[in-house]
Amino acid sequence: METKEFAVNVEHLRKSFDGKEEVLKGIDLHIEKGKITFIIGFSGTGKSVLLKHLLGVHKATSGDVEVLGHKLSTLNHDQLIEVRKKFGVLFQAAALFDDHSVLENVMFPLNEHRKDLSKAEREQIASSRLKQVGLEEKHYNKLPSEISGGMQKRVGLARAIALNPEIILYDEPTTGLDPIITEMVDNLIIETHKSREGMTSIIVSHDLTAAFRLADYIAMLNAGTVLLYGTPEEFLASDNELVRKFVDKGIHRK
Amino acid sequence: MENIMNKTKEIINDFILSIGHFFYNTIIIETGKIGVFFIDSISWWFKKPYRWNEVIYHMEFVGNKSMIIIMLTGGFTGLVFTFQAWVGLSIVNAENLIGPTVGLGITRELGPVLTGLIIAARAGGAMAARLGTMRVTEQIDALEVMGVDAKNYLVAPRILASIISTPLLTAVFDFVALCGGYFLNTYILHLDPAIFLEKTRFFVDPSDINEGLIKAAVFGLFFSTICTYRGYYTKGGAKGVGDATNQGVVASMVSIIIIDYFLTKIIGMFKGHGL
Ligand SMILES: Nc1ncnc2c1ncn2[C@@H]1O[C@H](COP(=O)(O)OP(=O)(O)OP(=O)(O)O)[C@@H](O)[C@H]1O
Ligand SMILES: [Mg+2]
Repeated sequence: METKEFAVNVEHLRKSFDGKEEVLKGIDLHIEKGKITFIIGFSGTGKSVLLKHLLGVHKATSGDVEVLGHKLSTLNHDQLIEVRKKFGVLFQAAALFDDHSVLENVMFPLNEHRKDLSKAEREQIASSRLKQVGLEEKHYNKLPSEISGGMQKRVGLARAIALNPEIILYDEPTTGLDPIITEMVDNLIIETHKSREGMTSIIVSHDLTAAFRLADYIAMLNAGTVLLYGTPEEFLASDNELVRKFVDKGIHRK
Repeated sequence: MENIMNKTKEIINDFILSIGHFFYNTIIIETGKIGVFFIDSISWWFKKPYRWNEVIYHMEFVGNKSMIIIMLTGGFTGLVFTFQAWVGLSIVNAENLIGPTVGLGITRELGPVLTGLIIAARAGGAMAARLGTMRVTEQIDALEVMGVDAKNYLVAPRILASIISTPLLTAVFDFVALCGGYFLNTYILHLDPAIFLEKTRFFVDPSDINEGLIKAAVFGLFFSTICTYRGYYTKGGAKGVGDATNQGVVASMVSIIIIDYFLTKIIGMFKGHGL
């Protein structure tokens, strides 16, 4: 049996904000490198909080988060930024800078972290990323408010992969989108995943249909703990009551 | 009867408690938090990456784009203030002191305070709204995960730009207001322009103008810090952005008026004329 390599190791992670009730109550999660992992669960169970721990935006109250071999709690500010550069993040509402054009948005991380490149080179990388996500050139100089929601997602993804990340995080990439755009985003997720050898994709989602179609692994969070972590097959076969409820509802809805 | 007495006691108790709470929560805690936010932010003035482009951009935003309003308000303030000064001074036949009265009042008080208030409303409100929007649409999170510190990129340049631009605008206000005063003096009240200029030059010292400009810089610091703070910690969607903007502008305006008094006192101590 081949040995697995993990991109993310979360051990006994606990988090409470300002001494209030714990949001995360001891999470253990080992996310395999090069795979697509979905994180699902009811609203308010701490999925987004968990994502922010992987990025070092939130600090663990106790426990450890290790990303690509770096223990986040031991890093200083500059080292943390180095680790963050290995991430691409697609936010729920794309989170494009609304005073920057489409092309400038994708160039932003390059301008910040690849000052070694000339402006023309950065522009070239940015437009090749935009091509990769299928955005036509005539939109490059528009502001985010002038393009559709689906296009904004594409631009957000192009920006997320600008620095050629090793891990991509998606926070609810398709929540609130219509079925056509949902499928387009799903396909983009797969294409992006395949575009780089060893790319790890982590997707927080409510969309179980997508989870069962795309995922190598699924982790279900409930009340701040991992209820079940396994392959889609293991999920379908599970007889845990909450898992069944979530799975039935999710599939029923489609 | 006893019942009413008890009720009244309770109400008075609650009232006093709520004043205590207000002082504790709003004045002490909030001031502390804003202080920490301010120190955190301006520490980026001395650390890489420097954001000169942003500073220039915001100077143009705060400064250039407020020029017309400032000239307009400055001009009319000069007119009314001169008129009222004339009403008062003519009672004691001291019309020849209109120039210095207007000059001192404008350069030391009205110039910086009115400019501060106008810019706080205009630019400060825009800052709170901008940062608030960026917060609720996750643009600030996006910045941070791209390895860019939001205080470095968004807050520090805005504060610096405000500290530089507010005195510059105040100088414009002063100049236009004095022109307005000169105009009213000469063409409407038909008083001798030479006396106006001569007396103004004699009584208004460069240090009076400096006093006003220093005040303006402090006002710039305060409104930009308060408004960016409010925007940065916005919670809860579009309504949150509205609240942040509203509270930011109101708090800025009130603090400008309050700080003005203390600044006048402090500067007066240095200049040795007291208040
Ligand atoms: N910065 C914060 N400060 C205090 N509490 C927080 C903070 N962020 C999240 N929480 C709390 O943590 C809990 C989990 O929030 P989280 O956003 O992770 O839920 P979620 O699983 O992503 O839900 P959803 O599916 O609705 O996005 C919530 O009760 C929330 O109120
Ligand atoms: Mg969430």
